[in-house]
Amino acid sequence: MKVLGLYTRRRLANALAMAAAMLSTAFGLLWLVWLLTTLLARGLPWLQLSLLTQATPPPGEAGGLANAIVGSAVLTGGGILLGAPLGILAGTFLSEFSRRSRLSNVIRFTNDILLSAPSIVLGVFVYEVVVVRMGHFSAWAGMLALAVIVVPVVVRTTEEMLRLVPDELREAAAALGAPQWRVIVAVVYRAAFSGILTGVLLALARVSGETAPLLFTALNNQFWSSGLNEPIANLPVVIFQFAMSPYDDWHHLAWAGALLITFGILGLSIASRALSGARGGGRGSRGSRGR
Amino acid sequence: MTQSAPRTRRGVSGGSVSLADLLFRGSARIAAWLVLALVLGIGLRLALGSAPALARFGPGFLASAEWNAVSERFGALVPLVGTLVTSTLAMLIAVPASFGIAIFVTELAPPLVRRPVAMAIELLAAIPSIIYGIWGLFAFAPFFADHLQPWLTEHLGELPLAGRLFQGPPMGIGVFTASLILSIMVIPFVSSVMRDVFEVVPHELKESAYAMGATTWEVLRHVVFPYTRVGVMGGILLGLGRALGETMAVTFVIGNAHRLSASLFMPGNTISSALANEFTEAVGEMYTSSLVALGLVLFGLTFVVLAMARLLLYRIGRQSGTGRA
Amino acid sequence: MPGSQDPPLKALSPETGLHHGLPRQRAGAGEIHVMRLRFLVPILLAGTSLMLPTVPAAAEGVTSISVAGATFPYPVYARWAAAYHKRTGVKLNYQSIGSGGGIKQIRARTVDFGASDAPLEPAALREAGLVQFPMIVGGVVPVVNVPGIAPGELHLDGATLAAIFLGRVTRWNDAGIASLNPGLALPDKAITIVHRADGSGTSWIFTDYLSKVSPAWKEAVGRGKAVAWPAGVGGKGNEGVASYVMRIKGAIGYVEYAYALQSHMVHVSLKNRAGRAVVPSQESFQAAAAGADWAHADGFYLVLTNQPGELSWPITGASFILLPRKPDHPKRTTAVLTFLDWAYRNGREMAASLDYVPIPQSVYTLVESRWHETLVTDSGPLFSPANP
Repeated sequence: MKVLGLYTRRRLANALAMAAAMLSTAFGLLWLVWLLTTLLARGLPWLQLSLLTQATPPPGEAGGLANAIVGSAVLTGGGILLGAPLGILAGTFLSEFSRRSRLSNVIRFTNDILLSAPSIVLGVFVYEVVVVRMGHFSAWAGMLALAVIVVPVVVRTTEEMLRLVPDELREAAAALGAPQWRVIVAVVYRAAFSGILTGVLLALARVSGETAPLLFTALNNQFWSSGLNEPIANLPVVIFQFAMSPYDDWHHLAWAGALLITFGILGLSIASRALSGARGGGRGSRGSRGR
Repeated sequence: MTQSAPRTRRGVSGGSVSLADLLFRGSARIAAWLVLALVLGIGLRLALGSAPALARFGPGFLASAEWNAVSERFGALVPLVGTLVTSTLAMLIAVPASFGIAIFVTELAPPLVRRPVAMAIELLAAIPSIIYGIWGLFAFAPFFADHLQPWLTEHLGELPLAGRLFQGPPMGIGVFTASLILSIMVIPFVSSVMRDVFEVVPHELKESAYAMGATTWEVLRHVVFPYTRVGVMGGILLGLGRALGETMAVTFVIGNAHRLSASLFMPGNTISSALANEFTEAVGEMYTSSLVALGLVLFGLTFVVLAMARLLLYRIGRQSGTGRA
Repeated sequence: MPGSQDPPLKALSPETGLHHGLPRQRAGAGEIHVMRLRFLVPILLAGTSLMLPTVPAAAEGVTSISVAGATFPYPVYARWAAAYHKRTGVKLNYQSIGSGGGIKQIRARTVDFGASDAPLEPAALREAGLVQFPMIVGGVVPVVNVPGIAPGELHLDGATLAAIFLGRVTRWNDAGIASLNPGLALPDKAITIVHRADGSGTSWIFTDYLSKVSPAWKEAVGRGKAVAWPAGVGGKGNEGVASYVMRIKGAIGYVEYAYALQSHMVHVSLKNRAGRAVVPSQESFQAAAAGADWAHADGFYLVLTNQPGELSWPITGASFILLPRKPDHPKRTTAVLTFLDWAYRNGREMAASLDYVPIPQSVYTLVESRWHETLVTDSGPLFSPANP
C-alpha cells in the first residue's frame, strides 16, 4: 500500500475524479449532439414551403403539415389563454394574500403534485370528464388538457416572481393611498411583468411538445378542422402517427415536423432566458459567488 | 413584518375596504382554491374510474401479471415492474453522470466553457419527449442492435447470475433502450439541481479546506457532498418523478409486451406506455377500469416520490436558513 | 414553502425545463418595467372571444364526418376520403386507432361511425344498439424480415405458423420450417414475433385463423382483438407492426396486405384448406370471399378465414362498419350513408388498386335495402337506395 506515496495517491484520486467528471459531461453532450444531428440530417432535407401550405396527406401522396401546425398553435394558444390567467391569479393569491398560512402551504403542495403529474394521467382525466361528457373528441378537450398542464407552471413562476418584488415598493404605494388591488396590479405586476411572462413562455414551451394528453382529447384530423368542436390536427400526434407508420413520405414529414417543434421550443426557451437574463443582468451582481 | 404583503383590512385612509379589493382578493382566492380542487378532482376521478377493477381484483391487482382482454383478467404487475425497472435503471445511469456534469460545471470548467456547457445540458430538457422517441427508434435502436447489443450479449450474456439480464435477440428496442433514453431525459434536471446546490456551499468552507491543502476531489467529497446531501437527494427524487411519468419516449422503444422477462434486452411495458397504446381502444368496463387503475397507481407513485422530495428540500431551507446571505 | 429564499429550489422548477439559478437579487426600485398592462385585458378579451364555441355542423351542411376504427382498411379509406373531399367538399376524418377503438368510440357515440374487422355478434349488436355491415374485404398476411428471403419464397402452413407465434419454434432454420421449404437457405437467426399492442380486428382475424388450424393455439391463447401473446413485441396499429418488422432482422408479423404492398415487405405463401400453396392477392382474397352467404348472416356476421376453395387465401377477412340504430344526429348519419354508398359504387377501382376486394353489387344492394328498412327515424328512412 505504500507503493505510491500518500500525496501521489491523493493526486491520482483527484485526477481520476476530474477525468470522470469530464467523461460524464462528454456523455451528456454526446447525446445532445447525436440527437440534434439526427434531427437536422433527417429533417432539414424535407423542410420546404409545402409544409406550411398543404395539409397532411394520405399515405402515398405529397402534402405538408399546415393543418397540424395551425392546430398546434390553436391548442397551445388556447391552453395558455385558459390556464395562464388562472395560474397568475392563484400565484398572486399565494404571494400577496396568503403567504404563510396553512392553506397556502397545502395549495403549494398540491400545485407541485399537479406540476409533476404525468401528462398522460392528466389526459385520461380530461377524457373522462370532457370527452365522454361532450360525446366526441374536440379541440376544446385538447385545450383543457394543455391548460391543466400550464396552470401549475404559471402558478409556481408567478408566485416566485411576485415574491422577488421588494416590499418597499408595496409599502410606498400603500403609503400613497392606493388600495391593495391597485398596489398589486399597478406596482407589483409591473415590476414582475417580465418574470411572469417568462413563466408563461416556459409553460408554452412545455405544452408545445406534449403528445400524450392530446392522444385522448384532441385526437387528430386529416383535414382542416372547421371548428373547435371537432378533433384537430396537431404536430405531436401527427409526428407520432407518421413516425410509427411504414410509409417513407410520412417519415419525411414526421422528421420535418420534429425539426420544427424542436427548434421552435428551443427558440422559446432561449427567448425566455433572454428575458429573464435581461432582467437580472444589470442588477447587483452576485459578487464572489460568481455565475 | 416585511415578509408578507400589507394585510390592510382597511384602506389607508381608514375607510372600509373597497369593492374592487374584495373582488380581486376573492377571485385570487377562488383561483387558488381551483388549483386545489383540480388536483383533488383528478385523484377522485381516477379513483372512481378504477373502482370497478379494484373491486373485482382487489389488492391482488398489483401482484397479477395477467393481462387478458379476452377473459377480462387484468393485473398491474407487468406495467408496474416495467415502470419501476426502467426508472430505477435510468436513475442508476443518470445520477453518476449528473454528478460528473455538476462537478465539471462548478469546479472544473473555465468560465468561458461553463455557460455554454450548462446551457447545452439544459437544452436536453427542452427537447420534447416524442423527439426522444423517434430518435430512439430510428437512430439509436438500429445502431444499438447492429453494433452494441450483439457484443454485450456475447460478453455479458454468459455471466453466471447476471448473464440472464443481457440475453435476447438483437432487436435494439426493449427495457434497456428505454431506460437509457429515460436517463438522458432525466440528466438535465438532476444535474441542474446538483449544480445549484453545489454553488450554495459557502465559499468559506471550501476555502478553508483548500487552505489546508485538500485537492478538488477531497473538497467535493468531504465538504460539498455532505453539505448538499439533502438537496441532492431532493433533486434525485425530482428526476425520479419525471422518469416515472415519461410516456412518449418510452412507448416508441419499449416494445409493448405484457410479459415479464428476466432480460433487459427484451421488450416490456410501462404504465404510461400501456395507457398510451391501449386506452382509446379498451372495450369493456373491466378493461377501461383496469387502465384507469394503472393511471391511479402511477399518480400515487409520483405523489409519493414528490412528497419525499419536497420534504427533503423543505428541510434544507430550514437547515441552511442561517448560513446564507 | 419556507420564506422567500428557497435555496436549492429554483425559481422555476426543473419540470419547466429551464432554471434560472438560485435566489436572485430583488428588483431594484429603478427597474420597474413600463409595460402597458392595460393592453393585456383587451387582448385577452379579444382572444377569448375568438375561442367561443362554434355552431356544430348545421343540419343540411354536414361538412365533416368523424370515424374511428380499424387500421386494416385505413389505406383505402384514406384514398376514398381524399377523392370524396375533392368531389363533394365533405371531409371524412378517419382516426385509425384499431378495431377495438372503433367499437368503443361508436358505442360511446363519440364518432359518427366505427370501423372494425372483428364483427360484433348479433347479441352484442342488439345490446349496443348498433347496425353492422361489410364495407371491404382484404387479407391478413404474415410478413417476415429474414435476410435472403424474397416475397413469396417462404412457405408455411397453419400449424407451423401457430407454433412460431406460440414461441415453440424459435429459430428460422428450425426443422419444422425447413421441411416445408426444401432448397431454401434458412439462416440460423432468432425469430422475433411482432404482434399488435392495441385492440385489433386484424389480430382477431389472425387469431381466428390460428385457432381454426391449431388446437394448441386455440387452447393456449384463443381468438380475440387483444390476446395474451405468448411472446414478441407489440406494435401499434398495422403501421406499427409493419414498422417493427421492417426494423428488426429475423422478425415475423402479420399485417393487412395493403401495408405489405405499400412498404414493399416480404410476404409468405401459406397452405390453404384445400392443401394448395397460395400467395396473397386480390384473386385469392376474392376466391375466399366467393362462397360468403351474406344474405343469411344475422347482422352480416361472417368470418372468412380458412375458407374452402383451391385458390382461397386462408386469412381473409371483411371489414365492417358500425352505425347507431337510433342515431342522435340523423342528418349526420345520412351524410355517412351517402358517403358509403358513393364508396360502394365509385370506390371500387381505388380499392382494387390496393388489392382489397370491393363488396360485390349484389351484396351492397342488399346492405342498402337493410339501411332503408332499419335506419328509420320519425321523419322516415335515413337513406333511400335511389339516392345518387
